[in-house]
Amino acid sequence: MKLAEVDRSLLVVAVGLMTFGLLTLYSAGQTDVPTHAAGVWYRQFFWFGIGVVVGSAVFHLSLRLLEWLAPALYLFSLMLLVVVLAVGTGAGTALSSHSWLSIGGHQIGQPSEFAKVATVLMLARYLSSRREPPRALRDLLVPGLIVGIPFLLVLKQPDLGSAIVFIGIAFAMLFWSGVRPRLLFLVASPGLSLLLAFNNWAWGAWMILFTGLLVVWRPYIYDSLAFWFANVAMGTIALPLWQRLQPYQQNRLLTFLNPEADPRAAGYHAIQSRVAIGSGGWFGTGYTQGPQKRLAFLPEQHTDFVFPVVGEELGFVGVMVALSLFLALFLVLLRIARRATDSFSSLVTFGILALLFTHVFENVGMTVNLMPITGIPLPFFSYGGSFFIICSVCLGLALRVAWDSRQAGYPDI
Amino acid sequence: MNGFDSYRVRERADLARWVLIGAFLVLSGAFFRTQIIQHDKFQLKAETNRLRPIALTPPRGAILDRSGRIIAENVPGYSVKLLAPNRDSLLAVLARVGRVVPLDTSETPEILRRYAAARYQPVVVMGDADYETIARLEEHRAVLPGLVIQAEPKRMYPAGKAVAHLVGYVSEVTESDLTANRYPGAGLGSIVGKAGLERQYDDSLRGNEGVRYIEVNARGRLVREEAGTASLPPTPGRPIQTTIDLDLQQFIDSIWPPGIRGAIIAMTPTGEVRALYSAPTYDPNAFVGGISSALWRSLNTDEAKPLLNRAIQTRYPPASPFKLAIAAMALKRGLIGLDTRMPVPCRGGMRLGNRVFRCWKKEGHGSLDLVGAVASSCDVYFYQVGLRLGLQAIVQDGVLMGFRDPSGIDLVNEVSPIYPASTGYFDRLYGPRHWSPPATTLNFSIGQGENTQTLVNMMRFYEGLAGNGHAASPYIVRPAAARPRDLGLDQAQLDGLRRALIAVVERGTAAASRHTDLAVAGKTGTAQNPHGKDHGWFIGFAPADKPQLVVGGIMEFAEHGTVVAPYVVRALRRYILGPDTAGTIKMKVLLDEASPVDSAPRPIELDPDSAEARERADSTRLSGGRP
Repeated sequence: MKLAEVDRSLLVVAVGLMTFGLLTLYSAGQTDVPTHAAGVWYRQFFWFGIGVVVGSAVFHLSLRLLEWLAPALYLFSLMLLVVVLAVGTGAGTALSSHSWLSIGGHQIGQPSEFAKVATVLMLARYLSSRREPPRALRDLLVPGLIVGIPFLLVLKQPDLGSAIVFIGIAFAMLFWSGVRPRLLFLVASPGLSLLLAFNNWAWGAWMILFTGLLVVWRPYIYDSLAFWFANVAMGTIALPLWQRLQPYQQNRLLTFLNPEADPRAAGYHAIQSRVAIGSGGWFGTGYTQGPQKRLAFLPEQHTDFVFPVVGEELGFVGVMVALSLFLALFLVLLRIARRATDSFSSLVTFGILALLFTHVFENVGMTVNLMPITGIPLPFFSYGGSFFIICSVCLGLALRVAWDSRQAGYPDI
Repeated sequence: MNGFDSYRVRERADLARWVLIGAFLVLSGAFFRTQIIQHDKFQLKAETNRLRPIALTPPRGAILDRSGRIIAENVPGYSVKLLAPNRDSLLAVLARVGRVVPLDTSETPEILRRYAAARYQPVVVMGDADYETIARLEEHRAVLPGLVIQAEPKRMYPAGKAVAHLVGYVSEVTESDLTANRYPGAGLGSIVGKAGLERQYDDSLRGNEGVRYIEVNARGRLVREEAGTASLPPTPGRPIQTTIDLDLQQFIDSIWPPGIRGAIIAMTPTGEVRALYSAPTYDPNAFVGGISSALWRSLNTDEAKPLLNRAIQTRYPPASPFKLAIAAMALKRGLIGLDTRMPVPCRGGMRLGNRVFRCWKKEGHGSLDLVGAVASSCDVYFYQVGLRLGLQAIVQDGVLMGFRDPSGIDLVNEVSPIYPASTGYFDRLYGPRHWSPPATTLNFSIGQGENTQTLVNMMRFYEGLAGNGHAASPYIVRPAAARPRDLGLDQAQLDGLRRALIAVVERGTAAASRHTDLAVAGKTGTAQNPHGKDHGWFIGFAPADKPQLVVGGIMEFAEHGTVVAPYVVRALRRYILGPDTAGTIKMKVLLDEASPVDSAPRPIELDPDSAEARERADSTRLSGGRP
């Protein structure tokens, strides 16, 4: 394997993001108040090393081998998810959840991160093995199960943020496999119905619109009935479902709508994050100098809220640089997915793109109150071993796909 | 592999690219809104997050006596404060402070109360710490998070207890003060004047607070004491110059007999107060930096009420000193002259209706003119003057002379005297026809009855006698706006009354206090006290021919005015003749028959069977008689 033929643009963007991430993580530890974030950048170097090793190991694996291994990896990840539900421990702000697998008191990883990649592989294998892209609801049953099982297991931990990532992966990969967007919209419609059910008028209007869409689009008749009843059912169970949510989940959703409602407790993260970002202005307060971070007003500044450190210290300009790097990463991944040698490779790359994108959009969005607050790390920035390794695995896979297509002589389109 | 022909992949890739760019633009827009458009709002929130304003106490204005000597000043002091994120950590740090320096644990509830009132401000732990305490605390700063040591000007009264009731004291403003807006411009933690001159002139003495910022972290812990942000220096208070003679004030304090309650006021005939003293007194320095609760409790529960300013806040029956007011009324109305003798000579009493109103001297004074009557304080003479005047005139003229209004001295909490506005007062009090106008008249003629005066208000009247016949409001810093009250006497009448007052000291009731080198004029009095021994009055001025100073004193339970006279005379001599001639007081209290009790005994009922008569007699003597 000739290293000279790896995809340079992906490598450059990835190294750029990792450097930016490490520098930000270093700054996050520079506080006037001792926090446990002080030395994490140092430990992240360790994970960085492991990430490079694991990433290059993945790079050396054939996609065919992975395709063959996919069911085993998938089942193994499901097993881990079941185990972690039984013996898992919590961490950080979500101490009562069961998301960490620990041995002898040492937390060694979050199986949900591994399950994300395993699900991408499994879904890619299933979708690429089909002759036709799914056209009807019936065709979506198997993909639905492949994603639905880990989704429910993660939701049970409970880890809403990671669960949302599974949804993102599923929709993106179905779309990439050729499922028509309108079918995806119909699949998503019960979710919309659920959201709109809190206002009778909105829900009524939605049902009329939805019925109209069914008439115009004319999907299979059984599918139509199923979608229609699913919408009605969602509208009906919305309230009981809401009451079954954990109070902290209800609070998070409510404070997303109005963070000032509870500025001391649930809204604290949302407010302080925006205060830190907003006080940055155009050019920020200077690297490592952000007072909100230094004085520990910014919570979780090395994990979920690492991005406000960029916003406060480097300002709007720094944020634009970081977001541009992410955009570049996604566009490069999109290019790799597009010119992949086979549908499995293409689907895996697009699944990786969806995985990373969901993380970035959800994480960055919540720091400016664009998205509700869910505990979800920012790729290459947030401190954390298992997630960083997963990101490295993703990059290794993408590099391999790009390398394969270059070996096959595909033009750089 | 049908879904992956190159055309359809490109189609999807285009859609996916637009979705990605769209998401990028949405996020960029959100950041632009937060960081650029709403920057000012979040900048302000960030600042309020981390900066806590701390008030800087301004130095209070000095209070000076008339020659510039210091009555109240400021000395450098230190206050020890703690900034704590919560109650538990405050208690923990307090315990550590207690291990480093001695700390009164009984103050802990008070500290917690202050903390609860303003949890984001450093709470005062020691309002007045000495240098050694500060040094020890600084040494242990590392283990005392949130420690704020502030150099603060501290109030100091060099004369201490001698000036307590005059200057009052300072203390931290209370919540009820703030609610009632008693101190405009004061905020939580402000030091304000609570009594005396400190209270009266608080607005000019206090100055304006400055502010500085300290930086705190998210847990409310102090990070930096100087946050580099603009701080505002405090504006010092303005000094005030008083009319007080500090030497005289301290002299009075030094000669005051221990254990005796009462008050002395010294002022010029124009109303400038030279000394104002009330006993028992207290040390106003004890209030600086927060009085200990034990001391505060003892000051408030002490039966002698040391916080009470007896010069302006206690009413006493004016007794014999009031006879001069009766004489002045009669002279003004031309009912008597200076040499008028009354038709009934004093035979130890006078009959009115079915009762005999007695004179304090059983043997009687015989026939007297006005000077002689004043000198010997003859009750029978003044009974007859009162009857000539009539109750209506006594009430009217008394109101005109100012016996119904407070003196107007520039000190807060002066109480109003009690004096009827008209004879209707008695109708309301007892019901029409249930009181006897002649008996009431006789009581008023000798300063008893429904007439109680503060020392300062009696002083105003005597200041008029000593001066030009106009009674000006006494003042310590600024003269009152009100015009002096005209007593309505011409110069000859004033001279005559002064002669009578000289006679009191020369050969009358206060003869024991006579000295040859200074002619003192004055009047003794014995105020009947229903609760115990009578109170003694003496109000005098000197030199008698050209008065420079009027001094009045009252001593509770002194029994006779003659007991008070020597102290007043010594104060006069000290002021006029200087320190060396003041002499000492001969504590010669005469308790024999000849002693001028100077207060009419209870009238004798001629018809003991007349229950109604007895009831009337009682009702006219509300101020009480000796049992």
